[in-house]
Order: sequence, then C-alpha cells, then structure tokens
Amino acid sequence: MTHLKINGQAHAIDADPNTPLLWIIREQIGLTGTKFGCGIAQCGVCTVQLAGAAIRSCVIPLSAAEGQEITTIEATDHIIQVVQAAWIEEQVPQCGYCQSGQIMSAVALLSKNPSPSEIEIENAMNGNICRCGMYARIKRAIAKASNNLKTEKI
Amino acid sequence: MSKWTRRAFIGTGLIAGGATVFGIAIRPGNRADKMKNTLVNDTETLLNIWLKIGLDNVITVYVPHAELGQGIHTSLAMMLADELDADWNKIKIEEAPSNKEYASGSIIRGFAAEGTDYPAFLQDTMNGIFNTIGKVMNMEITGGSMSVRFTGKYVMRIAGAAAKEMIKQVASKEWNVPLDEISTANSMVSHIKSGKTETYAHFAPSAANLKMPVQPTLKERADFKIMGTSPQRNDIPAKVNGKAQFGIDTILPNMKYATIKASPVFGANVKNIEESALTKRASYQKIINLGNAVAVVSEGYWLASQTLKELKITFETSPNDKVSTANILASFADTLKKTDDYKKDIEKGDVEKIFNSASKVIEQTYKVPFLAHAAMEPMNCTIWLQKEKCEVWIGCQNPLGIQKAVADIVDMNMDQVHVYNQYLGGGFGRKLETDIVEQAAKIAKEVEFPLKFIWSREEDIQQDKYRDASVSKFKAVMDDAGRVVAWQNFYTYKNHPKEASLISYAIENLDIAHVIPKTHIPWGNWRSVDASKHGFFIESFIDELAHSVQKDPVAFRNEMLSDQSRMQKVLALAVEKSGWGTELSKGTARGVSLVESFGTIVAQIAQVNISEEGQVNIEKITCVADAGYVMHPDGFIAQMESGIIFGLTAALYGEINIVNGAVKESNFHDYQMLRISDAPVIETFILNSEAQLGGAGEPSTPGIAPAVCNAIYAATGIRVRELPIKNHDLSMKNWLV
Repeated sequence: MTHLKINGQAHAIDADPNTPLLWIIREQIGLTGTKFGCGIAQCGVCTVQLAGAAIRSCVIPLSAAEGQEITTIEATDHIIQVVQAAWIEEQVPQCGYCQSGQIMSAVALLSKNPSPSEIEIENAMNGNICRCGMYARIKRAIAKASNNLKTEKI
Repeated sequence: MSKWTRRAFIGTGLIAGGATVFGIAIRPGNRADKMKNTLVNDTETLLNIWLKIGLDNVITVYVPHAELGQGIHTSLAMMLADELDADWNKIKIEEAPSNKEYASGSIIRGFAAEGTDYPAFLQDTMNGIFNTIGKVMNMEITGGSMSVRFTGKYVMRIAGAAAKEMIKQVASKEWNVPLDEISTANSMVSHIKSGKTETYAHFAPSAANLKMPVQPTLKERADFKIMGTSPQRNDIPAKVNGKAQFGIDTILPNMKYATIKASPVFGANVKNIEESALTKRASYQKIINLGNAVAVVSEGYWLASQTLKELKITFETSPNDKVSTANILASFADTLKKTDDYKKDIEKGDVEKIFNSASKVIEQTYKVPFLAHAAMEPMNCTIWLQKEKCEVWIGCQNPLGIQKAVADIVDMNMDQVHVYNQYLGGGFGRKLETDIVEQAAKIAKEVEFPLKFIWSREEDIQQDKYRDASVSKFKAVMDDAGRVVAWQNFYTYKNHPKEASLISYAIENLDIAHVIPKTHIPWGNWRSVDASKHGFFIESFIDELAHSVQKDPVAFRNEMLSDQSRMQKVLALAVEKSGWGTELSKGTARGVSLVESFGTIVAQIAQVNISEEGQVNIEKITCVADAGYVMHPDGFIAQMESGIIFGLTAALYGEINIVNGAVKESNFHDYQMLRISDAPVIETFILNSEAQLGGAGEPSTPGIAPAVCNAIYAATGIRVRELPIKNHDLSMKNWLV
C-alpha cells in the first residue's frame, strides 16, 4: 500500500510502486482533470503539484509520492480558483486539453513568485505545450491572476 | 405535451434579404421517433430538431458539430438564438446526437444540389472532404471551416427564425390580436397595446403543432443583437477546473484498458509475437493479434503499455521496407517529369509560346514535408460491445462515420451502435478518421467488458494520416513593366481539392496542373489541407518574382489585384497596421503573404529577426482577415491566432521523416511544437466586407510560412524553398545582403 494525500484527502493505493502517478490519479482515484499527453515529460498536460512543486506526473513513480501532498486541477485552493477565474476572463482555452496542466504550472509559479516578469512566465510555462497556440492569452491570464491576488491582499 | 410531429421538421426554402436561398433539406419526417429521447420529460417541447423549449423557458439548442476548441457550440447557438429573439442567458447548448437527421449531407444537400448560391471555390472542398455526395449521409462532419458558413447560415438561423414565427402565430391567435402587433425579445412575447406579455414556453406546445413556416424572415445586420458580439464561450468554465469530459476521460464500471502497436511500416503484417518470458503484471492480461497490429488488454493503461513494450513482435517484410523521405521526394520529382500524366487545374492563354520567346524565364522548385497532427489528446476511444448493442465514447469530428465503421466491424445495424461524442483534445482533421474505432471494435469482439483504448504518443505520431509531402515547380515570365505575363505551376498532390493552387493574381497566361504520385504513406486532412502547401508555394514564388524586378512585394501583389478589391483592402490594412516599409535594424525584416482559403481572405505580415548565429525570432505577426462577416469576433481572433501558431510550428520545425519505410519521429522531443517562449505577438484585425461568409478554423494557417520565409529573405537574402526552416543554416556567414 502506498499512502497519498490528494487535494487534502487520504488514499491508500494498492498498485505497482513503479506506476506513474498520472495513472494512479486518473484510473485509481478517478480524477480525470489531469491528462495524458506524451508519457515522457515533454508536453506538460499531466502537471500536478507534489509538495508544492509543479511536476510531470507521467514520469513520477507512485513510490516517490508516498506520504506527500498532491494537488490537482480539481482542488479548490483559493489561488487555483483565482487563476481559473482569470483563465475564464481571458477566454484562454480552445480545445482545453492542456489547460489543467497550464493552470497547475501557473499556480506553482504564482505561489512562489506573485509578480512574475514576462521572462519568468515564459520560463515557468515553457514545459507546457498548447497545440491550439493560446500562449498570448495564457500570459495575459497569468498577469491578471497576479494582479487579482495582489489586490486582494491590500 | 411533447410534440414531435412530422410537420415539426423544417421544410424547404426561405427568403432572405429579398433573394431566394436554399432550403435546408432535412428529409421530412423520417426517423423522428429517434429524436424523441432528447426530451427529458413532458414539460419540454421540441419545436424542430434544432431546439427545444422547457417550461422554465430555458431553450436548448442542438448543435450538429463537434467542439474541438473552435467555439462552435457557442457560435452556432448564437445564430439560432439571435433569430429566435431568445434570452442568451437562458440558452443551453447540447451537441446534437449522432443521428442521420444531423448528417452533413442533409445540411448541405439543399444547396449542393441546386448550386446557385453555392460558391464555386467550395466545389472541390466538398468533393474532397465528402468524396461523394452519397457518402455524406453517413457523415456528421466538423471540418473544412464550414460550420458557421453552412450550418449556421443554412440551418441555425432559419431554425431560430422559423420557431419565432410559430410562437408569434400562436400568441396572435390566443390573444386575438394581429400578428404584426406582436413583438418578441429575450424569450418573451409581448403585445404592447394590451400590455400582454408571456414566455415562449407558454406558447411552445401549441406552436409545435403548427406547420413550419417555409420562408421565415431573417434579420438584417442592423437588427443583430447576439451575432457579431463576443459572449463568453459555454465550454470554457469546465475546461479550467478539470470537469470537461474528453473522450479519454470516460469511466465505465468494470472497465479495462487496451493499447496497441501497429506495424511501423504501414501495411505490413505481424509475423510473430514472442510472449513466453512475459511478466504477469495484473490479474487480467490478454494479447490480441489484429493481423497488422498487436493489442494488449490489462487492468490499466500503464500496465498494458509495459506488457506491450516487453513483447517481442516481428513484422513481415514489406516492399516498402527500404523507403525513405529522400527517395519519396525523388520519386515525386520524377513523377513531375511525366507531363503526360498531368491533370490540368486551369489553362489559359499560351504559356509555352511565351516561354519560348522570352529572354528570361524564372524557374524554382519548392518542397514541403509530411506532417503529423499531434493533437494534445492522443487517439483513444472507449467501447462497450454488448449482445444487442455497442456503445462508443469518443471525441471525434465525424460521429456518424464512427457509428458506421463500428457497425460494420461488430456486424450490427447502425441503429444498434450508439456514439456519444465528447470534447476533443484537438482534432485538426485527424479525428475525421475512423481507424481508432476500427481497431477498438476488433479488440472489443475478443473481450466481455467495457474497454478504454488509448494510443501512446508514439503510436499517435507514427500511425497518423499525414499531411502529404509535396513538390511544386514554377516557371514564370515577366514583361518589361515588371508584371507577370506567364505562370506555370506543376505540383504533386494526393487526393484532395486542388482549388488551393489557383491564384488570385491577374495573369494572362496560366498553366496549372498536378500529378498524383504513389506512396505508401497514409494521407489525411491536416488543418487547411492543400492550402497549407500552396500558400507557401505560391506566396513564396510571387515574392521571388517581385524581388526579381526590384519591386516592393506589397505593391507588386497590389498591381495584379486591380479587380480584387476585397484582397486589396485586406492587404492595405495589413500594411497600415504592421508599419510595412518603415526602417528596421539589421537582421530584422518584414515579409508578407496574402491567401484566400475556405472563403476567407487573410493577409499576414511577419516581422522576423535573424541573429548572427542564425536563430530565427518571430517578433510579431500582423494578421488581417475578411470572412465576410464575423459572428463571434473574440472567437474568430482566437482562431486566427491558433491557426498562425499551428502553421508556425510546421514552418519552423515540422517534418515527419520516413526511414526504412517507417516514421522516424516519435514524440514531442523529436516532433517539436512551438512553445510559449517562441510565440510571437499576434495582432489580428477583422474586416467585415459583407461578402459571403468565410471560415475561421483554417484560413490563417496557409499564409504564415510564406510570410516568415519572405521576411527571412528580406533580412538575409536567403530564400527558403524547402520547409521546415530549422534545416537551413541562416547564420550571418551565409547572408547575401
């Protein structure tokens, strides 16, 4: 049994410890917001947070997540909701398939760096491919979320 | 109270703006019973197959197209809702079920048969995408940038207007007031003089008993309330919180998982599967030989894929085992020499005569590679084959085609196959194909449970239906005034509309022809299809001709467009907005392209910087589009941006190489996508010329490669005649300026 905490909920998982976390999240837990894209950490659609860091869940084995906090797109943390609202405001998604990963990368960035520069946004988001090409909107939404998070604190 | 009658189907024709346009030709009456299940209960009324009204006055619009991010559910619902004078906030949108009533053929047949209002440039597109009109009845297509300009124009608006007239007729009768004193707004009917007002829902049940108006009056532009605005898309909220259901997200009770490896050399068969030393990873594990592919079924996708990797599969030898990209392109070039095999696209004047007497003939050859679609959601479907029925969950661009393909393999009637179309994680033409469900249905016949079938990314890239590689040869002659007098273009192509090779420029002597070469590489529709090649070919060669007579590339194009005022206006606005002609630093330059495709004219001006080391930095794209009239401006702009990034990925990096008969590239590390750090600023401007409606999903893709390559030439003097750009050494030592 491997013990995971996903979005605040405890799970005991009986699976091959080499199974990538992605498939545990999707097939065992049933949280399908985290997507499969490449299997080799090249596209970012499987991005979740593991102990606060954005990771590609398609290459992280279950064993590496034992006892750690995992946050997925389905979580209702305040910062995630602020980023999601900015995503809607900027009408970012087209097909939407990469957006869970985009948002989880953006949330990890803003958690550590509440006022990222354009270069910092590009560096943090470069592992997330959007085949529909909505990069300009992603940048605008991150800037908007950053602003909204700052305004709240004042 | 549910009123589904034969009369409730929309009938024949209509009058719009004084001109007769075509009826939408829904076959009257038949199969209506099958639509009844769209009613939840007796409190809902179906006014026609495109909308239903609930007692709560919520109106549900059925959109017969797949949502792959183009926002079509929202745009088409807007067109219906506006004509219906509906309250946009109380509109629900559902994708129409997979059903022949919504077949593309039903929708297009009305005008395809009659022809008058049927734009000539679409003839080949229609034939290409649908192959034959007879086949269309089993297709429910989302493709060809057609949804707004056809379904929207010929179905959704008419359905909304007709329903409104029916409701007004009932109100007039019930209130005993003249019809022309009845007004409608926000899903409410009013009679001002008497102060009476009621919901649409109140009248809907009686309205459904009326005969459908044959010629509902459509709104004039000035009366549009929803069309031409940009309400938020209905599919977006679920796409930011992980709740949107894509095909791959289907979960069924007792479901197992399958994955597959097909013969890397297309068409070869499985020779042997060595499974004796296999690790037992799960309580259930089954290996299935499909003849040309091997599938593994297991308790999870990863388990199945690990077992598949462990299997030692050998494939039969194939005559294509030695084929490579180089010899495919060489054979294409050879085919081009066989002038007897040419099929003419257009022949005008006498090019040969001019070539023979000219002092200078300019000749160039261009090449483009094979390309994969690489939608972010790998190919997948979920299938449950039961005794009397088969159910399929998939995100696809052609649910009726899927239904038919499955029915054929599991040996059932189409009625027994139910296809539930989900959101698509990208399509770009790939998900018009039925190969994924054909494999799934064969596997399903071997098991007793529901099955989720997922391709690996490697399978997705190596078993695609590729945008074909092509070679295009040009010859041209200029007169003393520096105008093109003769234009010859011979090119290779696969099996698709060739209107993309036709040029908008006024040239007196034309000779455009093609040959169809043989390859074993499977071909498919790839965003903008043939235009993705010809945009690059034509707009690059035109640019070369302009430079050959030292003319400004914009002015040069303009001179040949004197009878094309729409194109001239698009070009002029692009010039104005981009700063064309203003000074840029060394290594930076602008390039222009002008392409009409799918009914939309797009000018693009790319500002590109080349570093001393030859690094290409796309700084800014100015994009101007005339699609006649844009229904949802923000969505249209998003499509232009998307088509540009898609085309830019192909222009800079895109190539599928064939080595030993098989695709060499396998995943995003070697089939590179444009990422956020490389994405240019894109400024899009819309010109509503009021001409025929044009498409949105594809028209910005063809022009980006030539705009960038023309900028590279202007900056460095290096002419890129073969894509992708990454294969060219653009470092300063090679510059010719």
